[in-house]
Amino acid sequence: MSAHLPVLPIAWPLAIGAILLLVERRGIALQRGVAWIGLAGLLALSVALLRQADAGEIGVYLLGDWPARMGISLLVDRLSAWMVLVTTLLAVACLLHAGSGWDRRAPHFHALFQFQLMGLNGAFLTGDLFNLFVFFEILLAASYGLLLSGARGGRIRTGFHYLMFNVAASTLFLIALGLLYGILGTLNLAEMAARVSRIAPQDRVLLQAAAGLLLVVFCAKGALLPLYLWLPATYGRAQPAVAALFVLMTKVGVYAVLRVFSLLFGTHAGELAGMGVSWLLPAGIATLLMAGLGTLAAVRLRILAGYLVLASAGTLFIAFALPGARTTAAGIYYLAHSAFAGAALFLIVALVRRQRSTDRTNVVLPMRDRWLSGSLYFIVAIALIGLPPLSGFVGKFALLDATAQAQVGWVWGAILLSSFFILVAMGRAGSRLFWLLPEAVAQQDARPARPPQRVYRRELAAIVLLLGYGFAMTIAAGPLLRYAQAAGAQLVEPANYIHAMRAATPRLREP
Amino acid sequence: MDVALASAIGVLTAAGVYLLLRSRSFDLILGLTLLSYATNLLIFASGRLRTEVVPVLRDGVAPTLAHHADPLPQALVLTAIVISFAMTAVAVTLAMRGRHDNRVDHVDGNEPAERDR
Repeated sequence: MSAHLPVLPIAWPLAIGAILLLVERRGIALQRGVAWIGLAGLLALSVALLRQADAGEIGVYLLGDWPARMGISLLVDRLSAWMVLVTTLLAVACLLHAGSGWDRRAPHFHALFQFQLMGLNGAFLTGDLFNLFVFFEILLAASYGLLLSGARGGRIRTGFHYLMFNVAASTLFLIALGLLYGILGTLNLAEMAARVSRIAPQDRVLLQAAAGLLLVVFCAKGALLPLYLWLPATYGRAQPAVAALFVLMTKVGVYAVLRVFSLLFGTHAGELAGMGVSWLLPAGIATLLMAGLGTLAAVRLRILAGYLVLASAGTLFIAFALPGARTTAAGIYYLAHSAFAGAALFLIVALVRRQRSTDRTNVVLPMRDRWLSGSLYFIVAIALIGLPPLSGFVGKFALLDATAQAQVGWVWGAILLSSFFILVAMGRAGSRLFWLLPEAVAQQDARPARPPQRVYRRELAAIVLLLGYGFAMTIAAGPLLRYAQAAGAQLVEPANYIHAMRAATPRLREP
Repeated sequence: MDVALASAIGVLTAAGVYLLLRSRSFDLILGLTLLSYATNLLIFASGRLRTEVVPVLRDGVAPTLAHHADPLPQALVLTAIVISFAMTAVAVTLAMRGRHDNRVDHVDGNEPAERDR
């Protein structure tokens, strides 16, 4: 059982999704039950995987028992186990929120949700570049379904932009894959890493071009500066539980950059070492500042939430572009924090829209239960801005602390300035929505409202759960940062991955 | 043969990129299709173009890559074809729905005003 643990976070959601397709006509209660069984199992699997990875071994799983040079292999290290656990924890909150009735509106919601989880987990666990492409396609295909089922008009339009953009990016990914296979003769990440240093000089330029294409693709998924224009509109129009899950999709791009470029162009790569990273730092800083300005310009709360996703992507690109394990570790911690807090904000936006009929911040409207949504918004704002005492502060502080002396000026400037922009934007939006109501409008608030429905409680539970993750990350910051530190230290040693991949032999087959 | 294949990929890519930059959803889908053809040919070529080598193992031929066509790009290209085909189908469905809902097939969902053209 434990030998097959790496493949289970992929196979299990696939099986559950297939069962969900079969029981689709037997009522929503059964579907929800099966989905929850699936998620409970996935949670147990992710925790087991994390414990296994924390032993420090790099696990290699040979699919179908084919040797690594012929078949596809999965790769489990501390980073991928961390990502799988973050995905699962976020999915629990999203499913809880969707269970309040949103899942009735979209046909196949539960099955698509499981397939989305399968794609995400697969992208985090795979050790093969072509397999990464396939899992990207799986998660994108599921996301098209989740985004577009039941859509019309404007959502179709933004959905079409999203689809076209991603299909074009996938085509670029394939071109890069073709070139890389032509040059290196393999698509296994560890094996590619071993061959990069031995490449013939005349192939070097071609390799750089292919790696550059790959970088463009990952940055498009991760929403780096010139490639993010589709994001705020698309996320703003998705239904809340789906938007909350989509927060992770930009993290997939950031993760892919970290995984592929740290392995292929680490210190061992000779003249090509550090390729792409020199571009990422300025682009990350520019993304962060533009996202900060975007939050200031946003009139709708959900557009603000979209720009905050961008800001966290920019911060992560900066963290992973800076050299050394300590900044990477800070980035790994910040990644989990920003996923939870960003998702929580999307769910709060849905709450505000229900109680106020619009999330535009430039109109004055009465609002029911404004203490409740106001305090939730207050907490999530503290976390997202990065004020003490919540997890955002811990993550940003760890990153600022780990920045080397040479880059302090730009990195500190960008992070602190963007935090200030976000502080102003969130403070202004919050005070307009919840606080500064003229007396006459605030009085209307007291009118008897519709009785709160049961569904409403589940939405609230999902938000509280996400905020609870943030609190837990703050309290357990020491052990979590130690884990992230170990994960970062693992990543800067590509030789260990090559060694683990070559040491993996089939159990039942003659190699 | 190399020149013919390379120029085929180049022409297809150029046409695909040109169509992708246009503003009608039908042109976009056509461009994407052409681009995926170019990509498939490129992946296929990454296994090197060679004639007179056998595609599958045969008695009397040494089982090394020097004596056989590289099987991996063929598998990759098959996956890529299936995925791009499915994505084209999704895009066509979406474009038709968008045409129905928004009454135009402009990608921004509304016709640009006369003076903007």
